Amino acid sequence: MNELIEAVPYLGKRNPRLTKWLIIILALVAPLIAAYFGRSWMRILDFALLYMMLALGLNLVVGFAGLLDLGYIAFYAVGAYTWAFLASPHFGVHMPFWIVLPLGAAFAALAGIILGFPVLRLRGDYLAIVTLGFGEIVRIFMNNLNHPVNITNGPQGINALDSLNLFGWNLSQSLTIGDFKIHYLYLYYYFFLLCVIGSIVFIKRLQISRVGRAWAAMRDDELAAKAIGINVRNMKLLAFSLGATFGGVAGGLFGSFQGFVSPESFSLMESIAVLTMVVFGGMGNIAGAIVGALALTALPEILRNIALPVQEALFGTVILDPEVLRMLLLSLAMILMMLLRPAGLVPAHARYSRPELLKGGA
Amino acid sequence: METLLQQIVNGLVVGSVYALVALGYTMVYGILGLINFAHGEVVMIGALTALQTLLILMGVAPDMAPLLKLAIAVLVAMPVCMILGFLMERLAYRRLRGAPRLAPLITAIGMSFLLQTLAMIIWGRNYHTFPQLISTAPMQPIPGVFVTPVQVAIVIVSALVMAGLILLVTKTRLGRAMRATAENHRVAALMGVDTNAIIALTFVIGAGLAAVAGVMFASNYGIAHYAMGFMPGLKAFTAAVLGGIGNLGGAMLGGIVLGLVEAVGAGYIETMTFGFLNSSYQDIFAFVILGIVLIFRPTGLLGERVSDRA
Amino acid sequence: MIKLLEARGVGKRFGGLTALSDVSLTINKGEVYGLIGPNGAGKTTFFNVLTGAYIPDDGEFVFNGTELPTGKPHLVVQQGIARTFQNIRLFGQLTALENVMAGHHIRTKAGLWGILMQSKHAIEEERLTTERAFELLKYVGIERFAHTICKSLSYGDQRRLEIARALASEPQLLALDEPAAGMNATETGQLKVLIEQIRHDGITVLLIEHDVKLVMGLCDRVAVLDFGKKIAEDVPAVVQKNEAVISAYLGGPKHAH
Repeated sequence: MNELIEAVPYLGKRNPRLTKWLIIILALVAPLIAAYFGRSWMRILDFALLYMMLALGLNLVVGFAGLLDLGYIAFYAVGAYTWAFLASPHFGVHMPFWIVLPLGAAFAALAGIILGFPVLRLRGDYLAIVTLGFGEIVRIFMNNLNHPVNITNGPQGINALDSLNLFGWNLSQSLTIGDFKIHYLYLYYYFFLLCVIGSIVFIKRLQISRVGRAWAAMRDDELAAKAIGINVRNMKLLAFSLGATFGGVAGGLFGSFQGFVSPESFSLMESIAVLTMVVFGGMGNIAGAIVGALALTALPEILRNIALPVQEALFGTVILDPEVLRMLLLSLAMILMMLLRPAGLVPAHARYSRPELLKGGA
Repeated sequence: METLLQQIVNGLVVGSVYALVALGYTMVYGILGLINFAHGEVVMIGALTALQTLLILMGVAPDMAPLLKLAIAVLVAMPVCMILGFLMERLAYRRLRGAPRLAPLITAIGMSFLLQTLAMIIWGRNYHTFPQLISTAPMQPIPGVFVTPVQVAIVIVSALVMAGLILLVTKTRLGRAMRATAENHRVAALMGVDTNAIIALTFVIGAGLAAVAGVMFASNYGIAHYAMGFMPGLKAFTAAVLGGIGNLGGAMLGGIVLGLVEAVGAGYIETMTFGFLNSSYQDIFAFVILGIVLIFRPTGLLGERVSDRA
Repeated sequence: MIKLLEARGVGKRFGGLTALSDVSLTINKGEVYGLIGPNGAGKTTFFNVLTGAYIPDDGEFVFNGTELPTGKPHLVVQQGIARTFQNIRLFGQLTALENVMAGHHIRTKAGLWGILMQSKHAIEEERLTTERAFELLKYVGIERFAHTICKSLSYGDQRRLEIARALASEPQLLALDEPAAGMNATETGQLKVLIEQIRHDGITVLLIEHDVKLVMGLCDRVAVLDFGKKIAEDVPAVVQKNEAVISAYLGGPKHAH
């Protein structure tokens, strides 16, 4: 939270308390503002929250532990497909969320360990390319495992996934209290918001613990980290599996929210998009992941709404379609950030301890 | 038996193109320790530039000999790619020398996607037919095994280009400067080598090779599009690692071996897995090989020097 | 005298190059033991083999009566051996305090669950780690920089910080790799006081050093390595007069190139 407050320009330093309340209020009323501009903006906001979870998880792997993972979206896929297998008509299984979501997280963590073991000894750039390969392999399997036994339903994907049902309360049905009707997109928003807040709390606690310090040590100097007794192998596996867990949970939520999964949602471009969010906000700090995810989910949509009419007015036709705009924005963001502002948009110094524990501290 | 021979022929053809692309990866890696992710996209730009040139030529001079057209297309594509390679190095990678180790790599990934996007804007998303100017009429040197003239041309041209590169690197002053820079920048600079120029030149030469490779890919498959460079790029990188990264001979060997493994593997994967996996899993081979090589023999088949910059 | 560390016939080769050959030596509890020798004599290799960074080709180390694991640095630290590096290796993005706290990692055990749930035990352990780290910063005299990113500390202070980090793992043997390298006379003098204090507090010190004055003034015993072999071992005054040592340092006829 403090990082986020410091990230707010001007006001963050002058009046942290006011800033804090502003952020909280903004988070609470955001869907109301979005609704003013239309339903599609509410969906975008919901997606932004999912991307935040992904960015937080990837930030843990890349930013804290220094392991450049280019196949991160595979864990999102594992979570989403777990939901699709266990809560949809595809196999006719309809398990409740409190079974499917943890299972998805567990499978993703397992996948993280499976990926982690062989790549433990690889250096940064080799690691990147092998994880990319891992992501592609997962996608190739999703695409082709409809034959000879139909498991994933191939490129068509799986339809009609169960929505989130919180102990009898179905989030995909609008809630009616008296005359007051709350649209289901609000319900998802607040539920996802809770998930994001939970993720932040957990990740912050990790960051300022012995585990977070061990990761940072390993990232800054692996040889020295070994020399002070850190079991680098275990710490890497832990980073991979925990990062994957967040991906898995986000994947499950994505499945329930979207109601549909297909390999297309888990392409390399998505891995790169999440990485860009982390890089854009600032590697290794939580606020950066949040800001990066929000900015890079919203910006392409804003551009879409501005650029398309402008193009039509100017050229009479659409030259840059939204998908192209998004890719252009992401790739430029990645290059320019590295060249001009490598510490990210929110270059807050991440703390790995809590000095307040010092009695009479310095 | 015919199947096996046929797959070996196909593997050799694809493998020699991989080898050409792998050389670009290996030279840059040898000198900068950077995986130039965007190298595969240079292949794509080469192919599409050549295609554009061919389309113009066909409009302007429809009667020109097909081989001449192709030669002109290559001669246009090469400098375009070389300029691209030069710009990438000059505008992005050079500023990042000495930056934290993830920064150049992330920039290279961004560069790769930027080039794809630009290609998408210029040439659209569609697959373009690449004119097949060298005959694709299959010949049968051995009954049941088909070889097309274009395939023969690919193998010959890439062998010639590679031989030229080897001569350049081993026999000329320039080559010696390149090897010195790869060995140690600072010492090379002290000995009077303009290392910045040498590094830029490495990118330019690699990009030139990639342009040739791009035309070959497009001629072989008869197709060109904005994303055609990515997978071959990854595979060529795998080939470079397989042969021993930083080692020119290794890149060539790795390219051929990878091409063979892929082709033969794709031919037999269905039998090997009892019909469970089929040839749509072909792309997996490269990644699995990459993983295995990096984990068990990171120096590759021929490589000696793997700088462990811990 | 109680033996703390014993090296028995340790050898290490890199390809055709023999970096260490049949090195045996014994370090007693409570002493400052110097390891000197010309450049490339194998001193740092000895460190790396001892602390598990390299696996020795021959021989073994016995520490406190048990054989040390090879090639597992974290287990060596667990046993009670900590080291510093010739070229300072700190964790660049951490503060001085956090560097030292990271050094305490091996002596803490809060699990994932405790950390995520902020169990009483985890918080208490974290508090102790923080306090202990601050004490160590005081001990080496740089507590005023506790919350400074370590990269912005002066060279001499970075050396001290690295020693504090090593001490945080609660070692019985502290191995210092050329701690005075790059220091001026004042800083070296302060370093000497610090090492004497460390010995006084019961920690055995193994010291690789080029600064002959420092070694001779500080060490109880000294071993000399040359071309990977031990050519002398004795109290400083005797070693100083040893002919083999003098010729190794001055490049006597035996080693003329």
